[in-house]
This record gives sequence, structure tokens and C-alpha cells, in this order.
Amino acid sequence: MRPLDVDVFAARVAPAVRAAVRASSAATAAAREAAFARDVPDPAALRDLAARIRAHALDHLPELLERAEERLTAHGAHVHWAADAGAARDVVRRVFAERGVTHVAKSKSMATEEIGLAAHLAAHGITPVETDLGEFLVQIEGDRPSHVVKPVIHMDRARIARAFERRGLGPYDDRPEEITRRARMHLRGEFLRAGGAVSGANFLVAESGRIVIVTNEGNSRFGLGAARVHVAVVGIEKLVPRDRDLAVLLNVLARSATGQAFTSYVELVQGPRAPGRADGASELHVVLLDAGRSALLASEARDVLRCIRCGACMNVCPVYRAATGHAYPGTYPGPLGAVLAPHLAGASAAATASASSLCGACADVCPVAIPLPELIAAERARGVAEGTAPGPSLAAWEALATRPRAWRAALRAARLLNAVPDALAPHPLLRAWLGERTLPAWRGGAFRDWWRRRGDAR
Amino acid sequence: MAQPTRVALLLTCLCDAFEDGVARAAVEVLEHAGCEVAFPADQTCCGQPAYTAGDLAAARAVVRHALATFGEDVPVVAPAASCVAFLRHAPALFDEGSAERAAAAALAARVHELCEFVAQRTGGAWPGRLRARVAVHRPCHARGGGTWQAVERLVGSIDGVTLVPVAESEACCGFGGVFSVTHPHLSRTLGVLRTEDLVGGAPDVVVSPDLSCLLHLRGLAARAGRPLAARHVAELLRDSLAGTA
Repeated sequence: MRPLDVDVFAARVAPAVRAAVRASSAATAAAREAAFARDVPDPAALRDLAARIRAHALDHLPELLERAEERLTAHGAHVHWAADAGAARDVVRRVFAERGVTHVAKSKSMATEEIGLAAHLAAHGITPVETDLGEFLVQIEGDRPSHVVKPVIHMDRARIARAFERRGLGPYDDRPEEITRRARMHLRGEFLRAGGAVSGANFLVAESGRIVIVTNEGNSRFGLGAARVHVAVVGIEKLVPRDRDLAVLLNVLARSATGQAFTSYVELVQGPRAPGRADGASELHVVLLDAGRSALLASEARDVLRCIRCGACMNVCPVYRAATGHAYPGTYPGPLGAVLAPHLAGASAAATASASSLCGACADVCPVAIPLPELIAAERARGVAEGTAPGPSLAAWEALATRPRAWRAALRAARLLNAVPDALAPHPLLRAWLGERTLPAWRGGAFRDWWRRRGDAR
Repeated sequence: MAQPTRVALLLTCLCDAFEDGVARAAVEVLEHAGCEVAFPADQTCCGQPAYTAGDLAAARAVVRHALATFGEDVPVVAPAASCVAFLRHAPALFDEGSAERAAAAALAARVHELCEFVAQRTGGAWPGRLRARVAVHRPCHARGGGTWQAVERLVGSIDGVTLVPVAESEACCGFGGVFSVTHPHLSRTLGVLRTEDLVGGAPDVVVSPDLSCLLHLRGLAARAGRPLAARHVAELLRDSLAGTA
């Protein structure tokens, strides 16, 4: 049996990279657990509340989107609806091009990653500079993020120092403090040069039209401070009904993502700069991105749209830890990617749903109680039913398992297998198993014999 | 002792095919805990292999067979956390409001993993005697059900047993049904990591309430030429009784 793509990638991951990803994932998972144990008297109740807020938002998405558009417009923002990635890229490019913006400061955003915005802008003469340190490294290395919160978890400090040297940011120096200092010095200049800012949004509040952006580096705040034009690309699932819902969601987001009680910077952007205000962009454009989300909402996998992109599911996922994020097609790795990739990354990614042992660790930590193992199993079943990701055939097994006499006969007959060399095993599943492992001797029906003898003896 | 409680043994396909010794131990453990064990001979498999392979029609067909086989209204006990977890999940395979869903829910409510069931009857104590350092593997499918807690309480209460702590105590062994053959590299990698954690505290023996994890871990270890001393918990419980007079 041919191994599937995630497995093929995993086989080629450098041992040092795998060890680093595993150690970092374990450390973040432990920090998450400690933060909830330390700060939250009843984590299950908080999770239930967070899940219900997100589920409510999805149940009322059309109304909330209308309300948000109305509030955003009332505050002077421009709202654009983008049905797909291409439409979103076009509108962002046009907004900047029409205003003569040639440099934009970009803060970290999975939505812009998903639509390939940076490459699109660069191809049209608008220079995007990633200002999150991790994303900046991804950009100068021509790489892609391997985690939704920690984009360069797969890079070690030597690689980072070499990348800085190549980029002309000073001679090789791999001390984290020095790397950070150089990035800061370099990015200050970029902020000043940028006429535009691009961000995503962690949440968009319907009742107030507030965009919420959380960062730990303050780079988003710098970007907005210097730019004339701010474009926020917001997935339509990011809506929450009320400002007060943020009290719950920001609390679970920070703890789940990094184990912090609160993220270092939380930007609340309500419209462009008001008269008399010292900072903020004078124009705000909000691009509401569908790109498959409406279809996802109408599908069996809709609960995955509750996701607040904390990354906790990947931090605890044994497959993610061993395969690393780049093993997954599409933008989102780990259990989240196993559900999302078949929907967002095209039919060729359908088999991603098989890249899970269905161990359930992700379900235990999801702050919004997404039933990830069930959704992964459902995606797998859909891939089989639709023929996009056929699984191994279990027809023979099913025929026997529904016919007890045949089952018993086959169990006994299969004792003959003990005399068959591994290479001649009569089923592809069995041969695949024997490629990696031994099997104990086949003793089919032996318990039944014992049971009968025991009954006779009594 | 009071009137014996009648229970039906869910043998599991792995015990049916390979590990009759584990099933025999499970019967003896249940009888020692005051149960009268019945064995519905028409049983085959719980249906989980098809579920993990994404073949829901086949999974439903096999669950239907299990529902018919275990129709008698008595507790159903399995020496397998995984099969129990699957049968508890099985109602979701059928349409809401259907008779099959109701039947699956009724079975789900009376299916128990061996140690869970025994610990509940004995208050968590097991009257055995055995000098051994034991590491408990917590299978993924023991999550949330109280299974591994029951395993550790029973094993830990055996006179002479020392429980050895295991790093990353709830990490997956990498078996995962068809995952083990569709993702051979990952499955092996996770199995090796799991084994390192399990033997890290130098136990005399590793025990698990799930045979599927053991089949995988022992199979990998044997292929690598370093056999793993690992047993099903039922065998340890049964053998510990021999140490008592």
C-alpha cells in the first residue's frame, strides 16, 4: 500500500526539525494547561460558553454580517464583499493602487496567507513587508508558515541568523536578542515607508463594528500608526455578536495559544481615524472573505468554523508533532487542516483527512469544543463516498463480520496463514502491516474452543 | 458473595484471532469479581475498522450485527477500551429518531471496559499479589471514560506492585486503525516515541487495557529485534491472583 502524502513528507523531515517542533509543541501545550489550571476555576464551563458564543454567531451569520456592515459604514469604513480568493486579492490591490500606495506593512493573518495576498501585491508593484517576526522570516526565506500561531516553529536559530546575513541585516549572529534587535531596527524603517497597512482580524464585532487584532509584538499597532490606508481581510466566520463576548473569547484565545493570561497587544479598531485623534489610518477598508466558508457552513463540517485559530489542536497532535506543519496541503496544518484542507485546498487534498490516528487529543484542548475527531472521520467518509480519497477496501471483512458462521470458519481457516511468508500475505492491508511489524501467531477460534471445553467440563 | 451478576463478554476480533489468552484472563477476572459470564457465540467485530477507514455503510452493517448479538439486557464487558469507545460513539452513525439509533444508544449505555466494570464492583481494589514495577499505557480511547483511572487503581492496589510514571502519559501509540497502514512512517515514528516513554521508567512490564495498541507496539519492537515486555491488564490481574493463597 502506497503511503499518503503527509506520511511521505513526514519520512523526510530532518530529525532536528522534528525534535524542535515536538519540544516546542509540548512546551506550549503544557503552558496552556498550566494557564487554565492557574486562572480558571471551571475551564469546562468557560469552554462551553466560548463554544456557544461561536456557535450562536454561526447560526446567525447573515444577520450579524449585515449589522457589522452597517456599523462599519456608519463609522466611515468601506466594506467589500469577496466571494473568493481572487476577488479579495483584486480588491486589496485596487484600493492601494488607486491611492498610489507602493509599500504596505502587513501584520500576521492566516486569511491573507490563504488567499496568497503578499505574492499578488508584489507581482503588481506593491511591496508587502511582513512585520510579524516569524512571518518576516517566512518572507525573506521564501518559505511558508508551518503553524497558525508560530509560523517558523520549523526553523532553528542558525537558519534564521543565516537568513538575516543573506538579507544584509548584519554579520552572522544567532543570539535571539540580537536577531530581535536587528529585526526591530529594520522593520522601523519599513513602517515609516509604508503608506498602507494590511491586517487580518481575530474577531469582528457585529454590534459595534469593531475589528479586533491581537499580537505579541505590537507590530500591528506600528503598522496602523504609520499608514494612510488600512485594509483588513476578515473571514466571514470571524463575527461575534457583542463587544462583551470578547471578554470570553480573548481570555480563552491567549491561554489556548500561548499560555498567556492575555496577549501583549489587543487592537480595537472602530472605523478610520476620527477627527482630533492622534493616530490610526485615515481610510479603513474591510474585505469580508467567503472563499468557501458559506459552503463549509452548509456542510456537515460547519462546526469547524467556530475555530479561533489558537493552534492548541496542532500543539497536542501526535501526527502534527511528527510530520510538522508543512506536511499538510493548504494553509492550515494539524487536525484543523485535516478538516479544512479537503474543503479549502481542493479535491486533491481530500486524503488529508486520513492523516490522523483519531486519538482525540485535539478535542480535549479545543477552546470552542469543536468535535475534531468526528469531523475528521466524517471528512474521511466523504472522501471515500465521493471517490476523492478512496480508503482500503473492507468488503471481505464486512461480508464475514455480518455472517457469524462464515466468520468462525474464516477464523479457523486463517490459521493456515501461519505457514505463509510475510511477503505472500493474502491482503494488501496485511502486507502493509507486516512491512513494519511482526504479528503474533494466528490462533483464530482458540478462545471459542476453550469456552466450549470449559462448558462441557462443568 | 451476593448473587452473581450476569454479564456478556465482548470478545473483540483481536482476541478472537490472536489473543485467546487475554480473553480467558478477562473471563477469570470477571468471575473473580462475582460475575457469571455469558458468551454470545454469534459475535464478530464492533465495526470500528470500517469507521476509521471511512466506510460508514460497512460500519453500520457490522454495528447492526453487534446490536442483534448483544440484545440481552445485561452489561456487556470488553477487554478493550477501543471497542467500548466505538460502541459508545455508534449511535451517531444512525439517523436521529431511528429505531437503530435507539438500540445503539441502549447498547452504548450498558457496554463497559473490563477494568471500569471491575473497579466499580470492587471499589477499585484488586486482591492480588505480585512483585513488579508496572507502567500503564493509557490508550487514547480511554480518554474521558474513566478507563485508565480504573486500570491504575486496580493495578496499583495489587500487593507488591509499584506504578511507574510515564512521560507524555496520554500520547497516542500511533496505531489508529487503518492509519497504521496508510501512514506507515508516522505510525512507526509515534510507536517508537511511545515505547521510549513507556519504558523510560524501567518497568518490569507495560500493561494496557487495549490490545490494539499492544499488537502495534509489540509488533514494532519485535521487528526491531528488541521485544517489549507488554501485556494486557487482564492477564496481569489474573496472574496476580495466583500469588494469593
